[in-house]
Amino acid sequence: MSFLTVNDLQVAFSTEDGVVHAVDGVSFTLERGKTLAIVGESGSGKSVTSQAIMGLHTGRGVKISGEIHLDGINLVTASSEQMRSMRGNQMAMIFQDPFASLHPFYRIGRQLSEAVLAHRKVSKKEAKAEALRMLTKVGIPNPEQRIEDYPHQLSGGMRQRVMIAMALINGPELLIADEPTTALDVTVQAQILELLAELQAEFNTAIILITHDLGIVADMADEIVVMYGGRIVERAGLHDLFYQPQMPYTVGLLSSVPRLDSAGNRLLSIGGQPPSLIHLPQGCVFHPRCAARNPEVELQCATVRPELRKVSDDHLVRCHLDEAEREAFATKRLAEVLDGE
Amino acid sequence: MSEILKVENLEKKFPITKGILFKKQIGSVNAVNGINLSLGEGETLGLVGESGCGKSTAGRAILRLLDPSAGTVTFEGTDITTMSRKDLVPMRSRMQMIFQDPFSSLNPRHTVGSIISAPYAVQGIKPEGGVKRAVQETMERVGLNPEHYNRYPNEFSGGQRQRIGIARAVTLKPKFIVCDEPVSALDVSIQAQVINLLQDLQDEFGIAYLFVAHDLSVVRQISDRVAVMYLGHIVEQAPRDGLYSHPYHPYTHALLSAVPVPDPKLEAQRERIVLQGDLPSPINLPSGCVFSTRCWKATDLCHSTMPELKEMGDGHKVACHFPIMESLGSVTIFGPDSGLTPQPDRVVQPPSEVLQDMESGRALRPKDIDYAGGEEPY
Repeated sequence: MSFLTVNDLQVAFSTEDGVVHAVDGVSFTLERGKTLAIVGESGSGKSVTSQAIMGLHTGRGVKISGEIHLDGINLVTASSEQMRSMRGNQMAMIFQDPFASLHPFYRIGRQLSEAVLAHRKVSKKEAKAEALRMLTKVGIPNPEQRIEDYPHQLSGGMRQRVMIAMALINGPELLIADEPTTALDVTVQAQILELLAELQAEFNTAIILITHDLGIVADMADEIVVMYGGRIVERAGLHDLFYQPQMPYTVGLLSSVPRLDSAGNRLLSIGGQPPSLIHLPQGCVFHPRCAARNPEVELQCATVRPELRKVSDDHLVRCHLDEAEREAFATKRLAEVLDGE
Repeated sequence: MSEILKVENLEKKFPITKGILFKKQIGSVNAVNGINLSLGEGETLGLVGESGCGKSTAGRAILRLLDPSAGTVTFEGTDITTMSRKDLVPMRSRMQMIFQDPFSSLNPRHTVGSIISAPYAVQGIKPEGGVKRAVQETMERVGLNPEHYNRYPNEFSGGQRQRIGIARAVTLKPKFIVCDEPVSALDVSIQAQVINLLQDLQDEFGIAYLFVAHDLSVVRQISDRVAVMYLGHIVEQAPRDGLYSHPYHPYTHALLSAVPVPDPKLEAQRERIVLQGDLPSPINLPSGCVFSTRCWKATDLCHSTMPELKEMGDGHKVACHFPIMESLGSVTIFGPDSGLTPQPDRVVQPPSEVLQDMESGRALRPKDIDYAGGEEPY
């Protein structure tokens, strides 16, 4: 069994306007030391998936079903005490906004040692020493002085380093990074990504990286899950996804991003808007925006929900078109971007 | 191409004061420190830099949304730097702004129709065929459903709201628009739609854009020329292809190398220049070159003297004592299409080979560049 197995995960929220199926039938696995990237637009269910793994969806109106096995323990049925002992210990999370996720009243040293004290039987002094060691590790200059700082005294990049230190202080086996660098500048982003890769190599951590930036994915991921409308629409290894994308949505994403190495002509945008999760379209959730239409299967696209089908052992796609059609579409689109024909 | 905008030695300092009754200035935030820009009709100038570099402040000061501390802004031959608010009103029909955040830049209590028609009311212009028809035509032009005239902004998604903001800016067919990070709040698939829309509008109405953004890929997509800002100074300015294929300034090198490219094989080969440390405070600017505190080529000269912007040929200007002379040439990750003449010691390969031949290493390799001496002749 894999280190992390997510099987047919469903998360639904009941709201005044109706039931929102934020995540619908998501399955994937992840091994120690590997990185899985979840890619998708806002509202695609990527953050909800990761929050479900962390057990952050409690309270009324939330319905979670399916299985999440972390190292043999089913997290969906685990008690809240059990979850609390695992959060910050076996699994930890880095949030997008380093400005909102540190407590403004407490010194960073205290916030870091709190994470140690919550999970280990150590004295405050030892916890503080541990905090200092971790701050040094994430590359904070003058950690002896910085440990007494409040979050507002640090820059955005420094705060994100503190967040990473806090997440990794108990040596978690699973780290979920939810848009860890979106709020940061590119040069700082480069520093943080480098740091994450180093720490992963050192601790053999499994990382779930949630992002919308395909450049970061190309840099960090081993396997990629593309989500759209709460579903996985494509799942593939790094090279398969970038060089043999199958789902027209993935192709659309790859060809609509302005990139430094493209020919620089007009972008091939995906038309339309992402779907509302309350009123999902009939049939394939992506069909109203799909550019790879084929009259023969058009009726099927508009009425029948496609299943995830195997292209190869580790490449899955949710699309009615047959493989040759999908490949022809992908090749044509990507060639337009890179060659400027 | 006639010049529509000229900015000379523009400065903007925000005072830091102390005391309640008798305010005393104890310092200032030096957001923009003497920048020079010019913009031709129908041209796009990208202004890039990291947060805190003064790019947004510069954009606002040029439109007189902020009053410049020094320098002049000449728009269509008229000096608008010291113009009164009242005299500025008629100018505003020809210069507009598109804001970053499509949520806070639209009044939630006004309908889309009244938001887009506001420029007519302010300027006292009565369009032919009535305001409503003109507004609906504009809405259609930017890709909004004209029947949504009476809806409120909260009924629209982020991308559509940005279209409302764009419709408002182009209502009076301006000649110049400052776009302040217009796509950074949008999803990737929507970003492309908005970028395409901005380009179409430019082609149709001949609008000049000052495109302020932090995303170098987006800026490359839309700009004719690009200026790179660091701590309130323009450190490099060049035609787009020149800048992306042969950046001279170490900071531009670092910036470009830090942008991840959605191509795993290429990513695995590229080497990043990871800048050490953080951006210095704009309150106490470093002496000498502003980038010298983080530059790997800095010498005593850099720490003591701020370099002037120097012409390097082909309209490429750089403010550096020791510009990087090695072109990225065919090893560039920035595409085989740059259209630049190949540098003498590098051979540009034809596009197909470059794309296939990943092993030859066309990535940016700082190791290949001799940084040791720091005294390259030029």
